[in-house]
Amino acid sequence: MIMSLQPFINEAISPWLKEEGPNNDIVLSTRIRLARNFDKFPFPIIADKEELSPIVQLIQDEYHHQSFDSYQDLEYISMEELQPIEKRVLVEKHLISPNLAEKSINSGVLISKNEQVSVMVNEEDHIRMQLYFPGLQLEKALEQAFTFDDWLEEKIDYAFDEHRGYLTSCPTNVGTGMRASVMMHLPALTLTQKMNKMIPAINQLGLVVRGIYGEGSEALGNIFQISNQVTLGRSEVDIIEDLQSVVKKLIEQEEFARQLLVEQSELRLEDRVFRSYGTLKYSRIIESKETARCLSDLRLGIDVGYIDHLSKTILNELMILTQPGFLQQYAKETLSAKERDIRRASIIRERLKLENG
Amino acid sequence: MECQECHERPATLHLTKMVNGEKLEIHVCEKCAKEKGYISYEEEAYSIHDLLAGLFNFESNISHNQATNKEKRETLTCPKCGMTYRQFTQIGKFGCASCYATFQDHLNPIFRRVHSGNTKHDGKIPKRQGKDLQNKQLVKDYKTKLQQLIENEQFEEAAKVRDKIKALENNDVEGGE
Ligand SMILES: [Zn+2]
Ligand SMILES: [Zn+2]
Repeated sequence: MIMSLQPFINEAISPWLKEEGPNNDIVLSTRIRLARNFDKFPFPIIADKEELSPIVQLIQDEYHHQSFDSYQDLEYISMEELQPIEKRVLVEKHLISPNLAEKSINSGVLISKNEQVSVMVNEEDHIRMQLYFPGLQLEKALEQAFTFDDWLEEKIDYAFDEHRGYLTSCPTNVGTGMRASVMMHLPALTLTQKMNKMIPAINQLGLVVRGIYGEGSEALGNIFQISNQVTLGRSEVDIIEDLQSVVKKLIEQEEFARQLLVEQSELRLEDRVFRSYGTLKYSRIIESKETARCLSDLRLGIDVGYIDHLSKTILNELMILTQPGFLQQYAKETLSAKERDIRRASIIRERLKLENG
Repeated sequence: MECQECHERPATLHLTKMVNGEKLEIHVCEKCAKEKGYISYEEEAYSIHDLLAGLFNFESNISHNQATNKEKRETLTCPKCGMTYRQFTQIGKFGCASCYATFQDHLNPIFRRVHSGNTKHDGKIPKRQGKDLQNKQLVKDYKTKLQQLIENEQFEEAAKVRDKIKALENNDVEGGE
């Protein structure tokens, strides 16, 4: 393994995620992603390998081992140098997209030491910078994203048109090139079947709701990502204001649903939480679906005060730690599904023992 | 997003239907779409991946009689990256920044559908490059003004404006206002 990669794939939880953010009992994290392209070069979808290499060259020359603001020691990692499991780990930590992981020559990622910033190079667009913040911090995230964008732009001529804005490979990103998203843990709204009914209403406001983990419409661990769909014709500030107001509404509803659950079925809720805790604590074989469900219950138990000796980040951390890539990274070998279920159970047991000790 | 008909499977088809002049969004799974007649069996179903390609099929049905225009449009080719309009509609992605200018006349309907009716950017302007953009806008305004002044035979004023344009074109910000 290349040395510089080690910190990024050894720890499941990114340094920035350990900090407490606003509304962090419901909002896990906030992300702003900006898509940018060089005006001179064809987009990755159509470009030859040689046409993409000047971009990688410039990024390496100008930004590798540079620092900007609180983003220290930007490290450029080429996709070419990575093993499949290492790529998978970076995907599971959301530092790169699955799409980037499939690439090799002339694509890579620039990651800051605290993992708060990652800049994907030659994914669908030449540049996709992502900034992460704990809890709900859309305004701050946008401000920082703009500053970081300005810093990158000092050395890069962006493809920008006064009428169409930032030009992107996909028409769905043109304009601001911005995707703002908020990751939320909504167990009570899911448990009371309210989430299903709210999603279409949220969609109508031009926002998209999807599960982060799991496939299709299911949201493993009751973790949902809410993000903007429209990128053209609305300013970034307007977009995040809309998103913010919907997220606030969801927080209100989730809090209300939690309160009702506690009031109306306290014993049943408590039973559910402690059963899940027991399962996580003592299982010898556990699938990812059951893990996600139990972790969600456990986190809810922490939030409503049934369990007070565990840290809140346990949900985020174990969700990531128990993904296939991480399990195999820790095992230092390729594992079958069955072996992963065994390994998953043991990692969870160890992690919980650590908290108790 | 779940299918709005069966509430079981995920909605993989996202259609827009005009009902009494109102745009109606329909999110359904493929099975329900076929059963409810939102799409016919022969018609190519469009998943989220070829959403854009789908938009074009939709549009081309309407303008079926304008076959020659369509043919002309399909073979439009970006001089910089070589992508044709047909390729663009098939993969739903632009090949380079110049594609935007090349396909300019045909993009508004697409943008409108994808971005809730919007076609024009209203947001951040690059900090460094944006300066040029602002200057460019000023030069354009001054040139219109200059034309008017000359037509009105206000040559003294015109000379001043011409100096301002020159200064801006030499990228001398002082020469602005
Ligand atoms: Zn259905
Ligand atoms: Zn092109």
